[in-house]
Amino acid sequence: MLCKRIIPCLDIKDGRTVKGTNFVNLRDAGDPVELGALYAQQGADELVFLDITATVEKRKTLRELVNRIAHHINIPFTVGGGISSVDDVSALLQNGADKISVNTAAFKNPQLIQDLSKEFGSQCVVLAIDTRQEEDGEWYVYLNGGRTKTEARCFDWAKQGVDLGAGEILLTSMNHDGTKQGFALDITRRLATQLPVPVIASGGGGTMQHFVDVFEQAQADAALAASIFHFKEIAIPELKGYLHDKQIAVRL
Amino acid sequence: MDLVIIKYNAGNIQSVLYALERIGVSALVTDDYEKIQSAGKVIFPGVGEASSAMRYLKEHKLDTVIKNLQQPVLGICLGMQLMCAHSEENDTTCLGIFEEQVKQFAPPAGENGKGIKVPQIGWNNIFNLKSALFSELPENSYCYFVHGYYAALGEHTIATADYIQPYSAALHKNNFYGAQFHPEKSAKAGEQILKNFLSL
Repeated sequence: MLCKRIIPCLDIKDGRTVKGTNFVNLRDAGDPVELGALYAQQGADELVFLDITATVEKRKTLRELVNRIAHHINIPFTVGGGISSVDDVSALLQNGADKISVNTAAFKNPQLIQDLSKEFGSQCVVLAIDTRQEEDGEWYVYLNGGRTKTEARCFDWAKQGVDLGAGEILLTSMNHDGTKQGFALDITRRLATQLPVPVIASGGGGTMQHFVDVFEQAQADAALAASIFHFKEIAIPELKGYLHDKQIAVRL
Repeated sequence: MDLVIIKYNAGNIQSVLYALERIGVSALVTDDYEKIQSAGKVIFPGVGEASSAMRYLKEHKLDTVIKNLQQPVLGICLGMQLMCAHSEENDTTCLGIFEEQVKQFAPPAGENGKGIKVPQIGWNNIFNLKSALFSELPENSYCYFVHGYYAALGEHTIATADYIQPYSAALHKNNFYGAQFHPEKSAKAGEQILKNFLSL
């Protein structure tokens, strides 16, 4: 039986793992390669590395980091942050990344998703969407690490992305990110049940029960979290044991 | 050179190389048919699309080279599918080493198919393990799969996985082995399988 996946996310700034609340107030959380290897050993199913300071001059640094990660990690990993071309992706894959995630650049140029999925296959292209529910009840797409609001609805953009060839959706609720109050169940469920690709829920996981909820109620295919793992509030083996006890299929 | 990884227009070759490095083995990545033929063991990896991969192999005369190899060969993911008879992916005639057919995952119609995603992405258990490739590996070990097409069960099936229906997680015929999952990304279980292949 296909398992639900637990995915630690490592936000990278200047080569270090960092973590903030609601996308701000960054704290240092250690060396990404060491942390990644530790998580892999503890039973993480995949890893996501997001370069949150990605700029032109930092791309080479990111490639070197990806190469180091690839040498040490025996599970799949996704790399994101500032990816805007086929060449960017080609370089990251050559350095050992399994998948890449695109966000702002794909929104500004949706053709990018099609180009990437044609060149590297849909399985390689993760569309990351940062979304916030506004007072009107609608979920809007945000860009630039959550700094820029758009008028696009989250579901519409996700669907368009899948139609263009995205193989997975990494959905982050900005309302929930860093709050540890639970995942955004409604929007996650909508995407997970209505789109033909896996949905990775992100933002808000604070207790082990939150993970049960996002898998059972929201039908997420995977759940991503950062600070609870980095700051050792929940250990991955303990979380997986808990999910197993709740009859959720996980890799033990 | 003892171990060769066949280089062609498909992804994840680096991942295989790094996985071998992690278990202390070096390999040569090449499309030079003389080096492939003289290797002690050959790995035929791949993530990609069947028809363009087959076209590339033919253009580089690698199709004949691979079919005629006598040493142990391990096809991974697309590599394994290309070793089968035919793939529904763009109606592609493959190498025909295994008689098994490669079909597209089709979620069942109606409510039963709701929430079933294609491609399958993630960890699934493998069972009915019947090969030295799986020495010291417990039944129902978890391996990492990423695929939208699958090889049907057949006489060469040496491991089964279940997604929508049971299918071949691995195949074996003479010196040829194939794994639909990615041992290079399957944590300890995958490392054990790679080690087993190297000691065949």
